Amino acid sequence: MSNGTSIKTDNFRSKFMDKLLMGMSWSEYSKTLITPFNIVAALILSIGIPTIAIRFMYGLATVTHASNEYPWGLFLGWGLFGGVPLSAAGFVVGTAYYIFGFKGFKPLVRLAILTGFLGYLFACLYLLTDLGRPWRIYYPMFIGFGTASVLFLVAWHVATYLTVQLLEFSEAILEWVKSRRVYKWATMIVIGMTIAGIILSTLHQSALGAMFLLAPGKLHPLWYSPFLPHLFLSSSIYAALCMVIVVSTLIARFLRGAADNNFLGNLDRMTLGLGKGACVAMFVYFVLKLVGVAHDDNWYLLSSPYGKWFLVEILGFVLLPAAILTYGVKNSSAGVVRFGAFYAVLGIIMNRMNVSIIAFNWNLPEHLHHIIPPWREVIVVLTLVTIHIMIFRWILNRMPVVREDPEYMEYH
Amino acid sequence: MDGTVKKPETENISEEKENTCEISRRGFLAGSATAAGALLLGSCEHAYASMEFSNSKDRYGCLTDLTACVGCRSCEKACNEANNLPTPDVSFDDASVFKEKRRPTSKAYTVVNQYKNPKDESKPIYRKIQCNHCNEPGCASACPVHAYTKTKEGAVLYDADKCFGCRYCMVACPFYVPAYDYESALEPKIAKCILCYDRIKTGGIPACAEACPGGAITFGKRNELINIARKKIVEKPDRYIDHIYGEQEAGGTSWIYISGVPFEQLDFPTNLTKRPLIEETKGFLGAVPVVLTVWPAFFGMVYAALQHREGPHKGQKNEKEEEKK
Repeated sequence: MSNGTSIKTDNFRSKFMDKLLMGMSWSEYSKTLITPFNIVAALILSIGIPTIAIRFMYGLATVTHASNEYPWGLFLGWGLFGGVPLSAAGFVVGTAYYIFGFKGFKPLVRLAILTGFLGYLFACLYLLTDLGRPWRIYYPMFIGFGTASVLFLVAWHVATYLTVQLLEFSEAILEWVKSRRVYKWATMIVIGMTIAGIILSTLHQSALGAMFLLAPGKLHPLWYSPFLPHLFLSSSIYAALCMVIVVSTLIARFLRGAADNNFLGNLDRMTLGLGKGACVAMFVYFVLKLVGVAHDDNWYLLSSPYGKWFLVEILGFVLLPAAILTYGVKNSSAGVVRFGAFYAVLGIIMNRMNVSIIAFNWNLPEHLHHIIPPWREVIVVLTLVTIHIMIFRWILNRMPVVREDPEYMEYH
Repeated sequence: MDGTVKKPETENISEEKENTCEISRRGFLAGSATAAGALLLGSCEHAYASMEFSNSKDRYGCLTDLTACVGCRSCEKACNEANNLPTPDVSFDDASVFKEKRRPTSKAYTVVNQYKNPKDESKPIYRKIQCNHCNEPGCASACPVHAYTKTKEGAVLYDADKCFGCRYCMVACPFYVPAYDYESALEPKIAKCILCYDRIKTGGIPACAEACPGGAITFGKRNELINIARKKIVEKPDRYIDHIYGEQEAGGTSWIYISGVPFEQLDFPTNLTKRPLIEETKGFLGAVPVVLTVWPAFFGMVYAALQHREGPHKGQKNEKEEEKK
C-alpha cells in the first residue's frame, strides 16, 4: 500500500516538474535560460533585490526622496497611477468579447485578462513597497473604515478586482493543470465576473483621478479639474486597447513559440480592430481635456511654462498618436497602428506622471529639483518591472494564454 | 449621529453642488446607506468629520497675532517638552535657525520662521506654523483607515495604531502640516500638533499659548477669538490688514491669524477656497452608488439582449459584424 502511494507521489512529482520545466530535463531547461534578456535581468535583480531589502530594513528614507512636502514619488506615480490605466486591458477587452459579443477578439481575451491581472498585482506590490507599514495593508477592510475617503474606495475595489481577475484567468490555470470539474465551475461564472469587473474598474479608474480632487491648491490648475475622474476613466479605455496591442506585438516579436497560428494569423486583423476603438476613445478624451481647460477658463495659463508642457502632453502625446492610429486604421496598416499604440501608452504614462509628480506642488520653490528621483528609487522600479516581465513570460510559456489547448477546444 | 439633524443639512449641500451628487441622493438616500453598503460604496452620508458640532460653541481654537510675535521660540520649546519630542540639534535660543524657512517635522510640531518687514526692516515678522485644526479637515477626508478624528473640542487627532502609512493625508493637507518619519522602518507614523488635547480636555491651555511671553497666542472658544480678532482690526486699522486668516480658508480652521502684512508675503497658502476640501470629492462619492446599482442592470441587459438576438445561429452574426469592421 505504501508502495502504491509512493509511486503515485513520484508520478505526481514528475508530472509537476514536467509542467514547470515545459517537458524538458533540468539541464536542457537551464540551457534555455541563458539569453541576453536574462543576463540583463539578472544584473538588475542583483542590485535591485538588496535595495528593496534595505528599504524594508532601514525605512523609506534610505531608498526614496520622499519628504514632508512630497509624500509620493516614483513608486506610486509610475507603479500605481501609471500602471492601473494600462491594466484596464482585462476589463475593456473582456467586456467587448463577453458582453458586447465581439467574438473576433477571442484569441486576445486571455492575454488581455492576464495583462490586467498582473498589472493590478504589481500595482499592489508598488503600493506595498511605498506604504509605511505594508503589513497593515488589510486595515481598510477590517480595522478602520474611512468611508468618506476616495482611497478607501480604491483599496476595496482594487482588492476585490484583483480577486475577480484571478477568477477570470483561472480558466487558463485550470487548463494548464488539466482540471475538468473545477474548470466547468470557472467557465460558469465568467459573465458575472466580467460585469463585476466593469463596475469595479469604472469606479476605481475614475477614483484614482478623484484622489487628486482633494489637492486643489497643490496640483497645477491645468491638470486639476472637476473632470479628473472622467478624464482618468476615459483615458484608461484607450490605454487598455493600446496596451493589448503593445503586449501582443511584443509576444509576436519575442515569444512566438508560446503563441499558436490562430493568434499570430489573426493578430493584424485584431490589431486594426483595437486601434479603431482606441482612436475613437482618444478623440473623446482629447475633447474632454479641452473642456476641462474651458470649464475653469484656464486658457491664459497655456502661455506659461507649465502651459507649454501641458500642450506638449495633449498635442504631442494625445492628438498626434490619435492621428497616427487613425491613419493606420484608415490604411489598414497594422504596423502604423502598432507604432501609434506604443506612442499612446507612453502618453498615458506621461499624463499620470504629470498629475502625480510633475504638476503636483508646482508652486513650491525649487519644485523641479525635488522631483528628480534618487538612483535607488529608480532601481527598485526597474527591479519590479523586470520581475513583472519575467512572471508574464513564465505564464505565457506554460499556460494556454495565446494558444489554445486542443483538449479544451470543445468548451470554447 | 442623529439622523433627524443630519438629513436636512446634507440635502441643502447637495442642492448647491453638481447634479451627480443630487441624482444619487434623490434616488438612493433612502435605502442604500446601510452600514454594510457604506463599506463598499463610500457614500457622502458619512463624509463630514465634524457634522454634529460644526457650529458648536464649545469648540476651542487659538488666535495668533503675528504683529505681537517677537520670535523668541518659547512656543517651540514648550511644545517640544509637552509632547516629549527629541531635543533638537540647535538649541531653542539660537537665532541661526531663522536663516532658512523651516516646516513642522516629525521632531517638531511647531516652528517659527522669520520674514522681512516691508514697513520696518529693523523689526522682522515672525510666523508660527502648526496644524490649523480645520473645521472639516482634509487629512480626515483623505484617510482610508479613519486614523484622524475631529474632536468636539476642536482638536484634530491622529491615531498611529490605525495608520498604514499611505500618506494621502499629507497630499490632501492644504497647509503642508502632517510630517512623516521616513527614517523608521518598523513604526513610521505621522506627526503633527494635536492642540495639546489632553490639556484642553481638562481645562488647561496648549503649551505654546501658555509659554508665549508676548501675548501673541490667545487660546479660547473659536467664536470669541473671531470677535477678538475683529475688534483688534477695527480698533487698529493701521496695525492690521483687514483679514482674519482661517476664518473661512478651507472651510474655516480652529487656529486663526491676524497680520500687519498680506498673508501671501508670509507664505500662507492664499489659493484656497472657502469650501471644505471634502466638497471637492463629494460629487464623485455620491455617484458611486449609482454606478454600483445601474451598471449590473445595464450590462446584464445588453448581454441578455445580444444572446437573445443571436438565437439559434449563435456566433455567426457577430463574426459577420466583425468582418465588416
